Amino acid sequence: MQIKQNRDPINSVPQPNLLQETRHLVKENIRDYGMFIALFVIILTFTIMTNGLFMSSRNISNLLDATGYIAVLAVGMTLVIVIRQIDLSVGFAAGFLGAIAAILLTQAGVSVYITIPIILVLGVVLGMVNGLLVAKIGIPSFVATLAGMLVYRGALLQITEKTGTIIVKDTHFNAIGNGFIPSLFQIQGLHVLSLALGLICIILYVSSEISTRRNKVKYQFEVMSKSIFALKLIFISAIIAYITWILAGYNGFSWTVVIMVLVVLIYHFFTTKTVLGRHIYAVGSNPEAAHLSGISVKKITYIVFGSMGMLSALSGILFTSRLQSATTTAGTLFELDAIAAAYVGGVSSAGGVGKVTGAIIGAIVMASLSSGMNLLGVGISYQYMIRGGVLAAAVIFDVMTRRKGA
Amino acid sequence: MSENILEMHHISKEFVGVKALSNVQFDVKKGEIHCLVGENGAGKSTLMKVLSGVYPYGSYEGDIFFDGEIQQFNEIKDSVQAGIVIIYQELALFPDLSVYENIFAGNEVKRGRLVDWNQTIKKSNEMLEKVKLKVNPETLVKDLGVGKQQLIEIAKALSKEVKLLILDEPTAALNEDDSENLLELLRELREQGITCIMISHKLKEVISIADSATVLRDGKTICTLDAAKGEITEKAIIQNMVGREIEDIYPKRPNSSYGDNILELKNWTAYDSMLGRPVAKQISMHVRKGEIVGIAGLMGSGRTELALSVFGNPKAYKVEGDMLLAGKPVKFSHTSDAIKAGIAYVTEDRKGNGLFLAQDIKSNITAAHLKGISEKGIINDNEEIKQANKYKDSMYIKAPSVEQLVGKLSGGNQQKVSLGKWLFAGPQLLILDEPTRGIDVGAKFEIYSIMNQLISSGMSIIMISSELGEVLGMSDRIYVMAEGELKGELLSAEADQEKIMQLATQ
Repeated sequence: MQIKQNRDPINSVPQPNLLQETRHLVKENIRDYGMFIALFVIILTFTIMTNGLFMSSRNISNLLDATGYIAVLAVGMTLVIVIRQIDLSVGFAAGFLGAIAAILLTQAGVSVYITIPIILVLGVVLGMVNGLLVAKIGIPSFVATLAGMLVYRGALLQITEKTGTIIVKDTHFNAIGNGFIPSLFQIQGLHVLSLALGLICIILYVSSEISTRRNKVKYQFEVMSKSIFALKLIFISAIIAYITWILAGYNGFSWTVVIMVLVVLIYHFFTTKTVLGRHIYAVGSNPEAAHLSGISVKKITYIVFGSMGMLSALSGILFTSRLQSATTTAGTLFELDAIAAAYVGGVSSAGGVGKVTGAIIGAIVMASLSSGMNLLGVGISYQYMIRGGVLAAAVIFDVMTRRKGA
Repeated sequence: MSENILEMHHISKEFVGVKALSNVQFDVKKGEIHCLVGENGAGKSTLMKVLSGVYPYGSYEGDIFFDGEIQQFNEIKDSVQAGIVIIYQELALFPDLSVYENIFAGNEVKRGRLVDWNQTIKKSNEMLEKVKLKVNPETLVKDLGVGKQQLIEIAKALSKEVKLLILDEPTAALNEDDSENLLELLRELREQGITCIMISHKLKEVISIADSATVLRDGKTICTLDAAKGEITEKAIIQNMVGREIEDIYPKRPNSSYGDNILELKNWTAYDSMLGRPVAKQISMHVRKGEIVGIAGLMGSGRTELALSVFGNPKAYKVEGDMLLAGKPVKFSHTSDAIKAGIAYVTEDRKGNGLFLAQDIKSNITAAHLKGISEKGIINDNEEIKQANKYKDSMYIKAPSVEQLVGKLSGGNQQKVSLGKWLFAGPQLLILDEPTRGIDVGAKFEIYSIMNQLISSGMSIIMISSELGEVLGMSDRIYVMAEGELKGELLSAEADQEKIMQLATQ
């Protein structure tokens, strides 16, 4: 390896060599990278065990679509847990709101473009009710949302009582959970628009990283050496390119994937770059100190529960659309899957720690496990046990690395 | 060897990249009160953690001899078994349990496999007698004051047949009376043959009680002073602690000129509906531009409550009376209003409600004034690092970078972050609540100097403090509070400790 040239121009002190720097970076950020490594190991294991079937275009596409409705919940749940609360009502809230969407579309004949905003707003309202109970009246969120869970379950049964399963025939609505973005034209069976989107993603990523780095240099802050930086760019771009390539080989990006990516990008932006995001983490880290810093703990609680409600509605829409119907049991155990995904993604119940990107990785880890084990024909009983073990292992890993850092 | 109950030889302990202790020698004679002094970060707490087994054998270098035997503690239980009990600054009591349950928590009196509650209560009474505390053992600990809670910790230690009692800043949270009681009790325990190590920042205490005192600096033993030889003097301790002579603990500032009233309270009353009584009664006071106003008083005299009622009233007291800010009447419904109006409040409990311990220095410094680093709600990360670095440098916050977690800093550095956070908010009136509690002489001096700079730049400061020396040394004017009332106003030129105490204990 050519080590000696790897000096950063702005730092006159000699840089450690590439290998050392990589090792140092991994060590420093083991908690962030841990999940990616775990996901990589899981994917590699299943790919080998299934002779490549796991990484087939069709399987990956299905896997991501099946993750969508849990992943969006996990994103919201991460923030709820960050502010030291929990929301158990999201599963049946999703089921209930999904059923309302189905009713609006079928019995009321409302257009899909009006139905979706209505459902999302309803979701915010339901979330606000939780926020009200927790922030204003001071009921522990576990109890308040447990009550909500029972109420929404009852409400779901009530509105589906007469009809049973409500079949949705609206093709636009069903496309959300089953459809793919249109391909402009096909070249040798590859989905061109998806490839273009993937390329745009890579360009956006690379340019934003470069501008961040340039900015840091302008402020004369320390940055990673050029070679490591280049490696990082190439590595991440390669991953995006690979996923795009795989998906393009099937039907391209599904609407679910597009929605999921948008939700993550928007939430990632808000949590890391805005004052609102800061306030959320401050409240989670120390509510009293937050209050004394002029932050309204109540307002943040409303916002976080409101966003959770909205994402429950989105989850309900994704699920109903995927099944092309609203069922009496829709939403069962979604909340626990979302909580598990958030914890696998590195959120801490002590508050103030946890990333949105972690939540999405957590959700994909859990979905990969299910998908891989299904391909291998592992019995459902073992599947539950293994997923439970992975959840425990993720939290143990988190606790251990945190202790080491303390 | 028989004379020393404890000998610690060549103790070295390293944290990632930082040498906390290097080759420390620490000997304690049997039956003495031995004070351990040093600046924050000098390694006192680390040394005691090594001794008590918090850092297990093998994670440090060197040998510990206790009671004539070499010891290898793997956990706290081992050191307790050997007769070493440590009482931390933050008390480890269960507030919702009774006194007797607390005294024997973890050390239950059993008959067979069950807890013998009658015996427990009986023994608790014996322990309480030993520490001269007259309370019903069935009282809940949360209903007792900090001073009494401290005594219960000691009773708890005595119940474990302690040979060596270690107290980490036992009087930091106590008022003068309770402190004196506690020191008297330690003297009596000495008569009974209990050896005691006390970590303290209060030099007067050290001088009055210590048989010997060991000074640590930068993780090294500097010297051990012997009271019998008359070596324990304020000057000697400070000199050894800081490695330089401090002429005056309180930095002088040029004679200041005062401007108009910045804050004025008229018949200000704050009623706490949880307690069912007013915490501040009919208070009228004023603070001028460029002035340091000290608020003295004992613990529980309503000083913090008064400050909070002014600072946007986060505890939701029922407030009556008028507040004028720069001559204009104001009403705050949230702390954010007070901050907007230019008031800042640096809390007395920096860990509890001041800092975000799990976040880094920069996020803490900008937390109360994110506007200063953001545009249209979007944060400029680089600007944040730049601003945070500015405060890190100007206030000498010792940390590898502004991305260091605040929970890992020493007390003095945490206090500086806490202060920096409020300076970044750019207030015109700064309320400091016990600004130097639990921090060392060097950091104190730095904080006093910062206060002086702020005053000369036109800020006004209200300083709440239990340390009379500090109130006298730093204030221009002093208000004395007791039982929620303002008992008097003194110009610092004409005030002395006796006058203040007289008003405070009215």
